[in-house]
Amino acid sequence: MKITRRQLLILLPAAAVAWKYVRAGTPQESPNYNTSEHWWGMLLDITKCIGCGSCVHACQLENHVPDGYFRTWVERYVVRDWGFEHVSVDSPDGGKNGYPPLPWDQGKSFFVPKMCNQCADSPCTQVCPVGATFVSPDGVVLVDPKYCLGCRYCVQACPYGCRFINPETRTAEKCTLCYHRITKGLTTACCEACPTGARQLADLKDPNDPVHEFLKTHSVQVLKPHLATGSKAFYNGLDGSVR
Amino acid sequence: MPVDGFMYPNEVELQWGVLIVLYPFLTGLVAGAFILASLERVFRVDAVKPTYRLALLTALAFLLVAPLPLQLHLGHPERSLEMYLTPHRTSAMAMFGFVYLWYLMAVLVVEIWLDYRKDIVLMMRSSKGLKKNLYRVMALGSDNISERALGIDNRVGWIVTVIGIPSAFLLHGYVGFIFGSVKANPWWSTPLMPVVFIFSAMVSGIATVMLLYMFTTKYRGREIDMRCVDTIARYLFYTFLIDFSLEMLDLIHRIYEADESFRSLDFMVHTKLWLSQVVIQIGVGTTIPLILLFMVQVFPMNAIVRKRIYALTGSLTIIGIFAMRWNVVIGGQLFSKSFLGYTIYKMGYVTREGLFAAIFLTLLPLAILWVLVKVLPPWPDSGSPLTSGISPAVGDDK
Amino acid sequence: MKCAQSHPDVPWLTEPCRSSLFQLPSEACVGRTVDRLDGLWEIVGLIKETYGPFQPPAAMIAYKDVQHLFRLATVFVIGFVLFLILRAFLVPKSFGQFGHYRGDALQEIAARPISYAGHEVCEACHTDVFDLKKHGRHARVACESCHGPLENHVDDPGNVVPAKLDTALLCVRCHESIPAKPMDFPQVNTAEHSAELPCETCHKPHSPRIETEEKKK
Repeated sequence: MKITRRQLLILLPAAAVAWKYVRAGTPQESPNYNTSEHWWGMLLDITKCIGCGSCVHACQLENHVPDGYFRTWVERYVVRDWGFEHVSVDSPDGGKNGYPPLPWDQGKSFFVPKMCNQCADSPCTQVCPVGATFVSPDGVVLVDPKYCLGCRYCVQACPYGCRFINPETRTAEKCTLCYHRITKGLTTACCEACPTGARQLADLKDPNDPVHEFLKTHSVQVLKPHLATGSKAFYNGLDGSVR
Repeated sequence: MPVDGFMYPNEVELQWGVLIVLYPFLTGLVAGAFILASLERVFRVDAVKPTYRLALLTALAFLLVAPLPLQLHLGHPERSLEMYLTPHRTSAMAMFGFVYLWYLMAVLVVEIWLDYRKDIVLMMRSSKGLKKNLYRVMALGSDNISERALGIDNRVGWIVTVIGIPSAFLLHGYVGFIFGSVKANPWWSTPLMPVVFIFSAMVSGIATVMLLYMFTTKYRGREIDMRCVDTIARYLFYTFLIDFSLEMLDLIHRIYEADESFRSLDFMVHTKLWLSQVVIQIGVGTTIPLILLFMVQVFPMNAIVRKRIYALTGSLTIIGIFAMRWNVVIGGQLFSKSFLGYTIYKMGYVTREGLFAAIFLTLLPLAILWVLVKVLPPWPDSGSPLTSGISPAVGDDK
Repeated sequence: MKCAQSHPDVPWLTEPCRSSLFQLPSEACVGRTVDRLDGLWEIVGLIKETYGPFQPPAAMIAYKDVQHLFRLATVFVIGFVLFLILRAFLVPKSFGQFGHYRGDALQEIAARPISYAGHEVCEACHTDVFDLKKHGRHARVACESCHGPLENHVDDPGNVVPAKLDTALLCVRCHESIPAKPMDFPQVNTAEHSAELPCETCHKPHSPRIETEEKKK
């Protein structure tokens, strides 16, 4: 393969950047991360989600999620008329392998990716009796699997249904916002795998983060705002019928 | 698929099963039995004195078993000590450990000890060998049963009971708060929940002690003190009226406000919870006992008929209150938080959290009570100098 | 006291200083018959009869009458102290470092292994593919979105070779026409569109737009 000078000029810096990311995968890079400089959230764009399930699949592979349980999943909504009560929702296997076809004349339909909302006033953290689940200093709600009793109170307290009990560890588990990746400068597995950019990791403390501009120029919503959970999963184009 | 409609994928499996239904039932019996005992001690309702010690021992037997369903349910019971080591102060469940310990040690055990101390010392003096040592340990090595000491015991015991009443409310009220404070679940989230739990606990506790008293008296071949059971039944009736009113208030309020959850919950009550809520809890477990107790208050009936009614009422009440716990715990997990679907509860049989474990844990307190009754006889009419009761040396009701 | 002389085996009669209770004129018992030691209660009844209900001055509460309560309190205090000692040993050292949780947990969670390498790493080596892709419709689609997690390939590129993908399954996942997909997203009814032919017959996955003769010019 003949390499032109132009190609070399691109290749070398790219290699340097890549090398940094390869190195980033090693635990030694973690100490450079300062929790007080970050406040993590996620932007989910309903207008872009195609329900391919790549995110669900990627999350399962990245985080070794057991079958039948979901750290993230995608729901398909079909809204039949103008009332928000007449809605059908399905999520076959969490949407991991896509969706079966629908007849055309059913009404308005769209996909909604769901995940842990990384609540700033997290109700699951409030009810944990021992301090096994907590909000990290950088805004990620995490579970300490060595400390969790498996009492399941947090699973009851989550309004979004994003928690489950891992049958092998018998402790609570949920989306960690790929904490092991974002602390190394990578993005989450679901964002990496999403082909349309419907999911975007957001660092709400980083002014250079493009999501800031998006949040300023678009109408965004959170799920179940009346529960005041301080949810940091922002949805663009969320219909009123979404539960 | 066990799902009707749509549920969030992680909601399909129930988290809290029959053991978590059993736990509030047991602590409810404790609180109720204690309140009945306090009727005599603090409110000087002399008629129920024959059941005083039995009520305390019943409370103790059930309280000792109460943590066991929780331990069996935990994913890691070996870590349960963490609730005492690093309790999370915002969590109602964390406060459980301390409320339980407080109630067990500082209220119930102390009260039983103070009331029984004279008998313990006398039994220590009159027995030999291992039994003597057992009683000596229970007496903390003290041999003093002078009238002065017993008078002081009486005074301190009275104070303990007075503290014990709000403690009993706290013990069971906080269970109601554990459910009532979960904003994510509209079936549970209501400020009425702790109050309903407390009153239904009192109902179940009073009914249990009444049944135990009638059963044990008959078993010992003695005459049931009708003044005693009539009084207990009257208090059961009053408490039940309050409990029923509170539950109806909750229901009417829900139907009237008809918030976003109402349609889904209404459907659930009419279908999945029809048998357990409408038929068993409200019909058989509440309405029939209320009618029967009302009839006893209003119409003259002879003692035999009244005893039969009390036995029936007591049994139906206990079943009804268990059904209430079932409907709260299981019912709260049968519907989806999306209000679009329902699941089913698959109760195991021989599993760690299954039916057999629940049955065993329900019978275990009765076995413990049997042992307690042997070690610390609560009978007021045993005819020996070792009589029960608060004031020493004075004969009790015969 | 005469009572003590007659009843040497009754301990409290021989300890006049400690017992404030029975400072009685010895004549009270003289002439009365007392059967056995258990007649203790009879004596108490006798005292009550003689003196009425006993009302000791508050200051004269004897220690021995509350000794058992002190013992009870001691049991509680010992229990509490033992609990505190136990707690000092059992609570994990890093607990409370950042909040009400084990501080070490943050590090442990952050140190978990990675499965998806991230597209920047792929692009560093596979520049030809990157060049092809960056101007096409799949420019924003990450490599691992189709090829799956490949961190283990990055660690050992020679030995770990990713499997060739089956476009029949892969492409339809995104591009099969379903009403719920956004209208502006390219989607087809594959049965009508390709008549069972594999997608790569016409579309190159890294740059899927089909170049017509006119566009090439």
